[in-house]
Amino acid sequence: MSAATLPSSWTISSIRESLLLKTVSARELTAEFFRRIERDNPRINAFLTVCPERAFAAADHVDALIARGESLPPLAGVPVAMKDVLSTAGVRTTCGSKILENYIPPYDATAVSRLESAGAVILGKTNCDEFAMGSSNENSAFGPVQNPAAPGYVPGGSSGGSAAAVAGQLAVAALGTDTGGSIRQPGACCGITALMPTYGRVSRYGLTAFASSLDRIGPLANSVEDAASVLAAMAGRDPLDATSTSAPVPDYRAQCQEPLHGLRLGIPRQYFGEGLDPEVRQKVEEAIAMLEKLGCRRVDLDMPHTDYAIAAYYIIATGEASSNLARYDGVRYGLREPANSLREMYKRTRGRGFGTEVKRRVMLGTYALSAGYYDAYYLRAQKVRALIARDFAEAFQRADVLITPTTPTPAFRIGERTSDPLKMYLADIYTVTGSLAGIPGISVPCGKSTANLPIGLQVFGPHFTESLVLQVAHAYQEAASPLPS
Amino acid sequence: MYELPLATAGFLQIEVGGAAQPARKRIGITRLHMEEDAAKALHEGFVDSAKFTYVDFNRCGMPLIEIVSEPDMRAPSEAHAYLIALKQVLEYTEVSDCNMEEGSLRCDANVSVRIRGTEKFGTRTEVKNLNSFRHLQRALEYEIERQIGVLESGGHTEQETRLYNVSAGRTETMRSKELAHDYRYFPEPDLLPVTCDEQRLEEVREQLPELPDTKRARFVTAYGITSYDADVLSATRERADFFEEVVRHGAAPKLAANWIQTQYLRLESAGNAPGNETTHKSPAAREIAELLLMIDSGEITAAVGKKIFPRMWQTGQGARSVILEEGIVKMDDASTMEQTARAILARDPNNVAKYRAGNESVLKFFIGQFMRETQGQANPQTATEILRRLLAE
Repeated sequence: MSAATLPSSWTISSIRESLLLKTVSARELTAEFFRRIERDNPRINAFLTVCPERAFAAADHVDALIARGESLPPLAGVPVAMKDVLSTAGVRTTCGSKILENYIPPYDATAVSRLESAGAVILGKTNCDEFAMGSSNENSAFGPVQNPAAPGYVPGGSSGGSAAAVAGQLAVAALGTDTGGSIRQPGACCGITALMPTYGRVSRYGLTAFASSLDRIGPLANSVEDAASVLAAMAGRDPLDATSTSAPVPDYRAQCQEPLHGLRLGIPRQYFGEGLDPEVRQKVEEAIAMLEKLGCRRVDLDMPHTDYAIAAYYIIATGEASSNLARYDGVRYGLREPANSLREMYKRTRGRGFGTEVKRRVMLGTYALSAGYYDAYYLRAQKVRALIARDFAEAFQRADVLITPTTPTPAFRIGERTSDPLKMYLADIYTVTGSLAGIPGISVPCGKSTANLPIGLQVFGPHFTESLVLQVAHAYQEAASPLPS
Repeated sequence: MYELPLATAGFLQIEVGGAAQPARKRIGITRLHMEEDAAKALHEGFVDSAKFTYVDFNRCGMPLIEIVSEPDMRAPSEAHAYLIALKQVLEYTEVSDCNMEEGSLRCDANVSVRIRGTEKFGTRTEVKNLNSFRHLQRALEYEIERQIGVLESGGHTEQETRLYNVSAGRTETMRSKELAHDYRYFPEPDLLPVTCDEQRLEEVREQLPELPDTKRARFVTAYGITSYDADVLSATRERADFFEEVVRHGAAPKLAANWIQTQYLRLESAGNAPGNETTHKSPAAREIAELLLMIDSGEITAAVGKKIFPRMWQTGQGARSVILEEGIVKMDDASTMEQTARAILARDPNNVAKYRAGNESVLKFFIGQFMRETQGQANPQTATEILRRLLAE
């Protein structure tokens, strides 16, 4: 099959089928995606680094398996992209920051190596907000990313490059990271499927830490099924991350296809109040109605501490960030600005290496953790976090899953909110709650606004119910826009 | 985590009062918590160490445990004894190799002085850079004198962190309380709470080796050796195990204790001396036991044993094969011995007469002569019998 006759959109199962039928080789498919990147990336800016050598080596390995008639691993030949906060041995990992502009890690993150051993072909590293801090990808030191679904608009953030790569057909799936919404919010903005697994489900080993008690790795894909396959390939206990759990990893792809049987959909009132764009509200309500048609029952409920989530989040996340980012001191990693004294070298390196938002958060976090303020801020935020987790626990007594909008508004224009950090922070108002509670959440597209901007529907489930969350999202996706078979 | 230590309210027993007035003292342990090693500060050893402190990041991120003791120690010697006792437990349980030079055991000491009879502790200083047991004791001695000097000259001690300057033999201000750092501690999310159920605790307890205190006491009662010998032999688990293995192979415990402490440890410490590159194949417990049995049964003398031991140490050979190789003749042939004895007595009629006149102590003199003549290769008991018989003739 020549490049001209290759289909434009691929799924994990269509790739598998084509490879087995030998209508395309893994090498040809990989070359096709690099052609697309070469053509479209200058405009979209989703990729910061490509690694063709590594990709073709992986593709050739898959082709060799096919040639020998051996069984194929689950992600064989699937072109994927990695958010640039995940360590890749020998491949530059910038975290979207000038301070790590030339940093080449000596090892792979567990998520990266697991996808590769499942046969995935890693194309390269995707743009993101610096150290995953942001909701628009405008905080990258390497320029903003265009939303492929809506030119001139942000792709969301911080996993904006990963979302844009998938939405722009530059990769079949991508890994993002989510600390307060950074997988789900860009997923919603770009009109794709985006899953944040339970805290502890996927090893964080090799993920550059932003806020260690919140950071999670998850897939962005064109369908719930594909997201399920990627999750299955990387979930599970890793001795290198003490917070990764040994809970068994089910066959997410098979389980997400189970029909819905009288599930109770919790609809928390606090997610439909002031600040919610009417068009978003309407699309989400339509989606709920469709799920009801599929046999689910609607349960309206309250989650009284929701309003405090953003405040608590920005104290906990910045506190942890201020500690985690202390390591970028010009001594051990990346950039070093020469100076006459050690102190001056620190100041210059961090002053020139970090962007505005990172500095703002390091200062906020340092303040919140300082002697005399700790009890009033950090400790209190932890208590609020416990209350929010309790809200969820109580809600899950009455409902099996919770349905909310992913974001209060669709994507905004590039540059629109950069001067107002507080307004920017509110983009995560519906996602941070699940982050604080440690539960899984998924965003699936549920239509578009009149301005043709994608809108996301969010499904939350209790800890380690990825299968359930995927099942609801898949049933909705099939009913709303059945994929061509 | 600092707020939730792994363990609290423990203690260690130390020996105090020296040989004159031996006594045991209980040193309380406040807490044991886990930290991440930041790095190791190297305050000396570089040409520009007077100006700079070097930082060794090789241990960065390694887990470490901090063991905080109660203010129960009253003298540098007690601090020294406490640290030795602690080190022994850590080595016995294989928690750490306790190599102070490499930083796997480190120690900071808080010191304060007070007027005799007062209840309240004085203002304390924290002394760092104590890289060996010797430095610890010297630094504490210096710091105590320094604080006394400050108080006696009408001043008052500042709460501060001081650095022990090894070459100058004194402590120096490192940072004062005014400059105390706000570390902005918070719970480390990557370290999960550890849940230890009773079953797990039981498993660990079962795996615990016999600890130094118990071992010492058992050595005294089971083997009838002195508590001093028990101390030396149980200093490390390896040495204690070796001693017991020698005994298990049939050696008399007292002889084994004695031999290991003198001959064995002498060669061992000579072998470990800096710059000593000679290789050896130190004999196994079985070989040593065999040697001791030969001495005990009179097959060879202790002197012969001592003579052949270095060769056993060098080659790892057993006693019998060394004796054969060295051509040492065992003097157990009665007629040869009698010939020698007669020759000795014939040389010295005066002393023979003295003995026969009733001066029994002359016998010892003759035994000495005999042993010298035979280069210690004769069995002294047989020699005594022969001499006594010939003198009585």
